[in-house]
Amino acid sequence: MFKKLSQKIQVSILAICSLATSVTVILIIIFLFSEGISFLGMKPTEEGYVLAVNTKNNLSSISPELCKKVFDQEVDNWSQLGEKDMPIELVNSDQIATFYSEEAIGSEMEYLDTCYNDYVSKHEGAFAVMPKNYVTSKFKGRIVEVQENSIASLVTGREWFPTAKPIAQFGILPLLMGTLIVSLGAILIALPFGLACAIYMSEIAKKGRRKIMKPLVELLAGIPSVVYGFFGLIVIVPLIQKLFHLDVGETALAGSIILGIMALPTIITISEDALRNVPNAMREASLAMGATKWQTIYKVVIPYAISGITTAAVLGIGRAIGETMAVLMVTGNAANVTFNYLKPVRTIPATIAAELGEAPSGGIHFKALFALGCILFLITMSINLYVNFVSKRRGVK
Amino acid sequence: MIQIKNVNFYYKDFHALTDINMQIPDKAVTAFIGPSGCGKSTLLRLINRMNDLIDGTRLTGNILVEGQDIYDKKVEVEELRKKVGMVFQKPNPFPKTIFENVAYGLRVQGMKNESEIKDRVEDAIKKAALWSEVERILNNNATNLSGGQQQRLCIARCLAVEPHVILMDEPASALDPISTAKIEELVLDLKSKYTIVIVTHNMQQALRISDNTAFFYLGELVEYNNTRDIFHNPAQEKTKNYVTGQFG
Ligand SMILES: Nc1ncnc2c1ncn2[C@@H]1O[C@H](COP(=O)(O)OP(=O)(O)OP(=O)(O)O)[C@@H](O)[C@H]1O
Ligand SMILES: [Mg+2]
Repeated sequence: MFKKLSQKIQVSILAICSLATSVTVILIIIFLFSEGISFLGMKPTEEGYVLAVNTKNNLSSISPELCKKVFDQEVDNWSQLGEKDMPIELVNSDQIATFYSEEAIGSEMEYLDTCYNDYVSKHEGAFAVMPKNYVTSKFKGRIVEVQENSIASLVTGREWFPTAKPIAQFGILPLLMGTLIVSLGAILIALPFGLACAIYMSEIAKKGRRKIMKPLVELLAGIPSVVYGFFGLIVIVPLIQKLFHLDVGETALAGSIILGIMALPTIITISEDALRNVPNAMREASLAMGATKWQTIYKVVIPYAISGITTAAVLGIGRAIGETMAVLMVTGNAANVTFNYLKPVRTIPATIAAELGEAPSGGIHFKALFALGCILFLITMSINLYVNFVSKRRGVK
Repeated sequence: MIQIKNVNFYYKDFHALTDINMQIPDKAVTAFIGPSGCGKSTLLRLINRMNDLIDGTRLTGNILVEGQDIYDKKVEVEELRKKVGMVFQKPNPFPKTIFENVAYGLRVQGMKNESEIKDRVEDAIKKAALWSEVERILNNNATNLSGGQQQRLCIARCLAVEPHVILMDEPASALDPISTAKIEELVLDLKSKYTIVIVTHNMQQALRISDNTAFFYLGELVEYNNTRDIFHNPAQEKTKNYVTGQFG
């Protein structure tokens, strides 16, 4: 009787634990996506400001990215926005004071609204940024809508500048590129090294040597990532700076090297496992036909283990993509769209870690970081799904 | 001719073969029989130096293949294994196409001429009596063949390298009776061109296909004679007991 009861309690404790875990995971995902998705549909304009143009102008809406270009005067003719060929006359709170006298504006800027109104109605090429409350029934300009954040603007935007005023820039292309080139570089470094190591350990090393190497490799996996970051900052970064005569050594290359080292244990242990799982009968069959040891390794053993090796590489990339701290410390954190490994870059996780503290909670910047988190999650999840798919296919074979 | 002279063999401290002396004639089938663990496979694998792969082994004595001491430092083990091929107990085709399995030995030898490779592959598969079953599916994965077909494919793979000697370690023990019969037929067929050494646990099989039989017991060669005498007129009591099924 008592035995039965205690057994039931044990079973229900186990069930509750596993249920709690699943629920937690699902809650985290829901939280991440609800915050991230609410970013879409928000407007990246500074609170309380609007854009206005002359009524003859047909422009009805403008993308945040183009808007920024207008402000930076990279775009200075209306024809570039699909309108008539005339110069864009930009007005904002700084410039309005140069166009009108102090009297016209008023000692306490009480007539500023009239000045904006006057300027916009008289200049066909006007492009004004002004406080929302200046727009009254008397206003003779037209309001231009800033387009909402969308997946397209997020993914194709080439500028990440979430604190830009009056229009923040949320283009994740540079961050995505940063993440991709750092991870790609990492895998290009780690795969040959890791595979060589795995081949040595599984095919060549005597038992004794393997017994020393295996725990060392596992130790590598246990080092905290800040320590890798430190090592990168003190050793790799100055080395790169000297070697390539750069102004700063904090580059994508430094990130790739550090991430490569961090991905090594994953790659080595998984591909070594795959190699050791190759039946000895395969090696014997090859050797018995007069193949050399080396021919046997690359014509029989590696092809046989190839799906395991692919898994190792993909999981290694997965590790690299999600890594935050070490990368934050060595890549320089400049949001560049570049393929140049000798330039600073900034990755998605590093951006989240660096900016979350300064983004006001609930604001658009905050939500943008969640959107980044969603994208990172989608990337790593597809990697996991791919690995599952590959290993399942191997299981069927 | 394969000459085995005063061979002693050790796995670490374990003395697996004791004072083996025998001569295996060319173009004949020689069977190794004996109870499990008596050293048949060990001796067979010494003939193409497969035991080199195992750590901590030691050999004394000499083994000569075609007059050459195969454990001589001058001998290249890859060359030896091309001359002395091996078929294993469990069929072990590579997870490649049927064609590539048979072509493997040629490719590792550096043969590049595709039409020559094709001819040699076809020839080897025909010799292994498998051609009619696979000629249309040469590009299928070899692991999809039946066990018996796989074993004949392994024999074809071995023949493609054109060895002089074929070592077979219980090549039919994992197969059904019909596949076994096909392998036996094949061995008899190949006998005219190759020197064959076959390990078997099946007394009837040894009787059907071998010319000479060697009976091993606890690492020693108890009796070695022509097959008919071993089975019908054994000189040793142990041999008699074994072949009549009274122990083993
Ligand atoms: N790699 C090895 N390491 C240590 N001992 C081994 C090894 N291989 C075989 N032996 C031992 O050597 C002896 C002979 O083994 P072998 O495989 O030659 O026997 P066998 O006659 O082929 O037996 P079976 O009929 O079961 O295949 C056995 O006692 C076995 O335990
Ligand atoms: Mg055996």
